[in-house]
Amino acid sequence: MRTKTHRKLMAAGVIVATTALALTGCAKAGGSAGTSGGELVMWTHNAGNKAELGAVQKIVSDFNKSQSTYKVKVQAFPQDSYNQSVTAAAASKKLPCIMDIDGPNVPNWAWAGYLQPLTGLDSTLSKFLPSTVGKYNGKTYSYGYYDVVLAMISRKSTLDAAGIRIPTLDKPWTKTEFDDALAKLKASGKFQYPADFMTGSTGEWWPYAYSPFLQSAGGDLINRSDYKSADGALNGPAALDWAHWFQGLVSNGYIAKKSGAASDQDFMNGKTGILYDGSWAADEMSKKFGSDVVLLPSVDLGKGPKIGGASWQWGVSKTCGNTAGAMAYMKFAAADKYVAQVAKAAGTIPATAAAAAQVPGYGPGEVNAKLRDFSQKQAVVRPVTPGYPFIATTFTKAAQDIINGGDPKSILDQAVKDIDANQKSNNYFK
Amino acid sequence: MSIVTEPVAASERAAELPSRLPPRKAGTARGRTDAVVGWIMLAPAAILILTFLLVPIGLTFGLAFTNARLISPEPAHFVGLDNFVAVFTDDTFWASLRNTIVFTVVIVPLQSALALVLAVLVNTRTRGTTFFRTVYFLPVVTSIVVVSMLWLFLYQKDGLINVVLSKVGIQGPDWLGDPHWALLAIILMSAWQAMGFHMIIWLSGLQTIPAELYEAASLDGASRWQQFTNVTWPGLRGTRTFILITITIAAFGLFAQVNIMTQGGPLNSTSTLVFQAVRSGFQQQQTGYASAISLVFFVLVLIVTLTQRFLTRDKEARR
Repeated sequence: MRTKTHRKLMAAGVIVATTALALTGCAKAGGSAGTSGGELVMWTHNAGNKAELGAVQKIVSDFNKSQSTYKVKVQAFPQDSYNQSVTAAAASKKLPCIMDIDGPNVPNWAWAGYLQPLTGLDSTLSKFLPSTVGKYNGKTYSYGYYDVVLAMISRKSTLDAAGIRIPTLDKPWTKTEFDDALAKLKASGKFQYPADFMTGSTGEWWPYAYSPFLQSAGGDLINRSDYKSADGALNGPAALDWAHWFQGLVSNGYIAKKSGAASDQDFMNGKTGILYDGSWAADEMSKKFGSDVVLLPSVDLGKGPKIGGASWQWGVSKTCGNTAGAMAYMKFAAADKYVAQVAKAAGTIPATAAAAAQVPGYGPGEVNAKLRDFSQKQAVVRPVTPGYPFIATTFTKAAQDIINGGDPKSILDQAVKDIDANQKSNNYFK
Repeated sequence: MSIVTEPVAASERAAELPSRLPPRKAGTARGRTDAVVGWIMLAPAAILILTFLLVPIGLTFGLAFTNARLISPEPAHFVGLDNFVAVFTDDTFWASLRNTIVFTVVIVPLQSALALVLAVLVNTRTRGTTFFRTVYFLPVVTSIVVVSMLWLFLYQKDGLINVVLSKVGIQGPDWLGDPHWALLAIILMSAWQAMGFHMIIWLSGLQTIPAELYEAASLDGASRWQQFTNVTWPGLRGTRTFILITITIAAFGLFAQVNIMTQGGPLNSTSTLVFQAVRSGFQQQQTGYASAISLVFFVLVLIVTLTQRFLTRDKEARR
């Protein structure tokens, strides 16, 4: 008798303990969606990026101090896993109130119902660079503090020593000129590789940095007339020209198939002669080489030099429990001085002309002012379609296969097939 | 790599409990109470397995027949076998299948043989044997992500491995960048990481072989090698079966190394089924398609495991 009761009690105790443990998992911290204890939650991809994260945190603390109704709390994520974290949060309906979004993903997230249109900001945003404002279906969903440009970074002394002409925005390098230049740098024997295209990077870098070359050659990621098919754009003769050129850079030994972990360091240590990088590296280079460093426009593969546009932008989620507070923050943070602050910290081009005047080096006539010209003359935004994430990953794989020596025609045909199938199966995102 | 252990049957547990009461029989009141207590004991594990294992698997199989997307304002529609048609006409899928099979076929003998060698080496009673056992086991407890990142650096064209090879006069290839070498590179790294675990299992098998058999064999004049083939190897029968099955199942699920080191590898040479499922499900947001790949993967693993169990069944025990 005694042992039986003992056993029953023990069993009951086990059940109670397990149930209690299981239910703690279901507990919520309290507060409506996107908020936590009355505070507005903000997510950013800037973890590890001390300068930019610090600038954003300063704006948040200024906002919190400026009024007592709303309080914003920052949560920083590493960039590589940021998009997946947002997707997972959206699936479990736990999106934050305010978050930043990589520019080309704005149409996809707006279509998916993650974001709500920004209200009360139309006049402010009219002064922003067009590539920094995220629009979809005629509504504005996001804005960014800055844009970045890609440039060929090199040193005047290197180019002069090898007898290479220094290109200007009006007269950029042509395809043959660029190949000659790389051959000359290779022949000089001074560099491990004549150029570094940062092929060791992962993620969004591949479409951002390498699809402009495709566009310069006359191809594109998708037909932008109706965003229905990529046939002809991604696998036409112009695209094949680009693919053979890109493949040739590796097979001729001009660029590394997979560059090292720190391409800037390699360039500064003299391992490479030309570095294809974003303008965020410009400041560091200037510090080391002074006026010897030159920021050059990209190469013209036929249709003029092209570079990527649109960087990280800020928006408000649809499920935010405190929309008034979120919009108040967005309006507060769009002030010119904050635009200047973040752009300065990130080393990028400020989105408004007024902010540009406040950032040293970007004022009219100054050193980096020409980067604004690069942006205006060369930048092509990535395709504005909710199907962009799929197009991006497909293009990345195709470009990697091309660099690894695969057959360009079959690779690009397969990519077109996949993109078309995806656009179609989503009913063209109507 | 992990093992899944099955819960002990409730009736066995109940039978082990000491009792001065008359023996329990199923169907009697006492037997029923014992069964109830057994089920209550089982409940926590059963609930967790049901919620986090069986229900998601069921959902996946259902999703495989729809056009579900990860991000979409529209609900999923039933599309029948469209996903499976797409899977079987996709070159990347066949490449992934081929790579998975090649990986499994190579790593099962390689890893189990290396683990056996290690186990035989540490199966001594000398001083320092525990130290070696610990050291050999260390890679197993290190996160596979950390190991992958480390070997990513080792495998660089001018990384440590190629430098060491060049000292011996061999020109090492671009391990992870060459379509012919990438899969082999991942195989070697995976075997190194996991063999400590199987070493421990072999070790436990070795220690069940009675020492008298070895004494008798050496008295008969058998050499070390003859002792191994005639005493050790037959004695490891049960362990052998277990290791074969667990390595095979774990090898099919190759993902982390590929994701970190090669992302599907140069020209699909290291893409595996699980990697492709994750990539199409998460990065490309095609949940329905990824579920179809998962279902195919499940059927494949099931067939292979059942075949292995059939071939290694204990023919004596059936009688």
